[in-house]
Amino acid sequence: MTIPAYGVRVRPPRASGLAARLRPFAVVALVVTVMGVPLWLIVSTAAKSQAEALSPDLSLPSRWLLWENLAQVWTQGDIPAAFLGSVLIVVPAVALVLTFGSMAAWILARRAGRLTAVLYALAISGIVLPPAVVTIVLLLRQLGLAGTLTGMIGVYVGIYLSTVVFFVTGFVRTVPLSIEEAARMDGAGPVRVFVSVILPMLRPVLATATILICLYVWNDVFYAFFVIGGRMDTLPLNLFQVANAGLYLNNWHLIFAYIILMSLPLLVVFAVAQRKIISGITGGAVK
Amino acid sequence: MTDTSARRTHPMWFLGPAFAILFVFFFLPTLFNFIYAFTDWSSFKSEIRPVGLDNFTDLLSDGTLFAALRITVVYAVLVALFQNLFGFGLAVLLERDTWLNRVARLFFLIPVLMSALAVGYVFQALLKPNGSLNGLLGGLLGHPVSIAWLGDTTWTLVVVSVIHAWKWMGLSMLIYLAGLKTVPEDITEAARMDGASPWQAFWSIRFPLLAPAVTFNVATALLGSMNGFDIVQATTGGGPARSTEILNIFIYRTFGQGLFAQATTMSLVLFLLVGLLAFPVIRTLRKREEIL
Repeated sequence: MTIPAYGVRVRPPRASGLAARLRPFAVVALVVTVMGVPLWLIVSTAAKSQAEALSPDLSLPSRWLLWENLAQVWTQGDIPAAFLGSVLIVVPAVALVLTFGSMAAWILARRAGRLTAVLYALAISGIVLPPAVVTIVLLLRQLGLAGTLTGMIGVYVGIYLSTVVFFVTGFVRTVPLSIEEAARMDGAGPVRVFVSVILPMLRPVLATATILICLYVWNDVFYAFFVIGGRMDTLPLNLFQVANAGLYLNNWHLIFAYIILMSLPLLVVFAVAQRKIISGITGGAVK
Repeated sequence: MTDTSARRTHPMWFLGPAFAILFVFFFLPTLFNFIYAFTDWSSFKSEIRPVGLDNFTDLLSDGTLFAALRITVVYAVLVALFQNLFGFGLAVLLERDTWLNRVARLFFLIPVLMSALAVGYVFQALLKPNGSLNGLLGGLLGHPVSIAWLGDTTWTLVVVSVIHAWKWMGLSMLIYLAGLKTVPEDITEAARMDGASPWQAFWSIRFPLLAPAVTFNVATALLGSMNGFDIVQATTGGGPARSTEILNIFIYRTFGQGLFAQATTMSLVLFLLVGLLAFPVIRTLRKREEIL
């Protein structure tokens, strides 16, 4: 990565006296009000009884029912099925988008000429242009893929290929051509060169792309609603339908318990790998 | 590299899978947008007939098209503004690598990881007229407060854009932090030696060097929120009186009503809006970088 990770260099912009001493207090106050209040609202409401959570506030629950509420959502809210749906979509989508994206990016970075330039522009156009959600439904119906896992994965791969091609092409251009040529001298064909020379070098940029795309796909509800809504479940889709259905109306404790369960996997991954994730996200952005 | 050797060492078929998927799942639906926006496709009849510009004239004549466009653009601009103000402020506040700042940064990243839908529901609860925010304000001011944060036809759009910015400000913060770290220390030192105040040194030396970070943050916030859905849906659902109905909410609502052609028409409008705005925005920001 081009950006040094945290803690590599401590650069103190020595602010003078009073302001510097007040700063830690400002930081604490800001974290407590801006982040603490909403996060506390989630936890405290998720731990209340239905009557207490009817109008959610910041008060302490009179009795902590967090575990009971989580268990109730887990069994009644179809979480295991939705979780499975989310995993079955995220994993293949990310694997395919990274594989196909890097293959294309390698060629687009290495070949010169007008055709390559046009193809590259087409390939990255999806970074800014919004996907046509309504007609995707029609197309999937014509292909017999409406409401299927394959259709959903295809749609996500189509949407996020541009991001991968963009990041990886930029990265491949910084990899010296001589490394490839050395392998070629030893008689390696393009597949060998790609798999054993290029792919290993792409690890940092692929890590960044993995994080971003997991984040988008895991939390997406809009595209999922159009493509698989009503046929399959993912965690956000399930939350959306359940919260919309009126089933959970006045059941804020269950909605918030659901939110905790749904956010937990990403938060755990983040807690374990935060340093890598932070340098990964920022690495691609600022050249 | 000659053309023939490139064909051997970097064969075009490597592009195959990516372009096949892009074609089927991205380009083809986009192309369909340009066709079905001019038909009467709906869930009420099985036939699809061309109707010319009827969908556009309908949406134009009842004012829906311009209302949705205006709301979408205002929303996107507000989100870009707030998200960058908050993110930049946080980056400057938390720039030093103390343990407290590291912990604080992690806290501000939690919303980035959360689903936007979940964030929307949290704020829907927080901003109820009898909700916690009014409770806190009431405690602070000493008299009961009952502001309908999500029930105002003018200001709710601003409130929702602040929520959107709250969710993503941690990401902007990270990118500004990374940008601040790329500014070489000796430049600021040199300015300090020449008698510049810390304030001057910051604004005239370090801030201009953040241009790439600004470009990235403004462009992603602007384009991302134009394509937004979850937060608005979870907080207001487009209301009150459709005053927060951005294009994707309209698409979702009309699609649910079975008015597929109308939804497609708005989808095409969104495509054209983003397409028309994206390139000038990115070019202007890039140009600004070059001048600096």
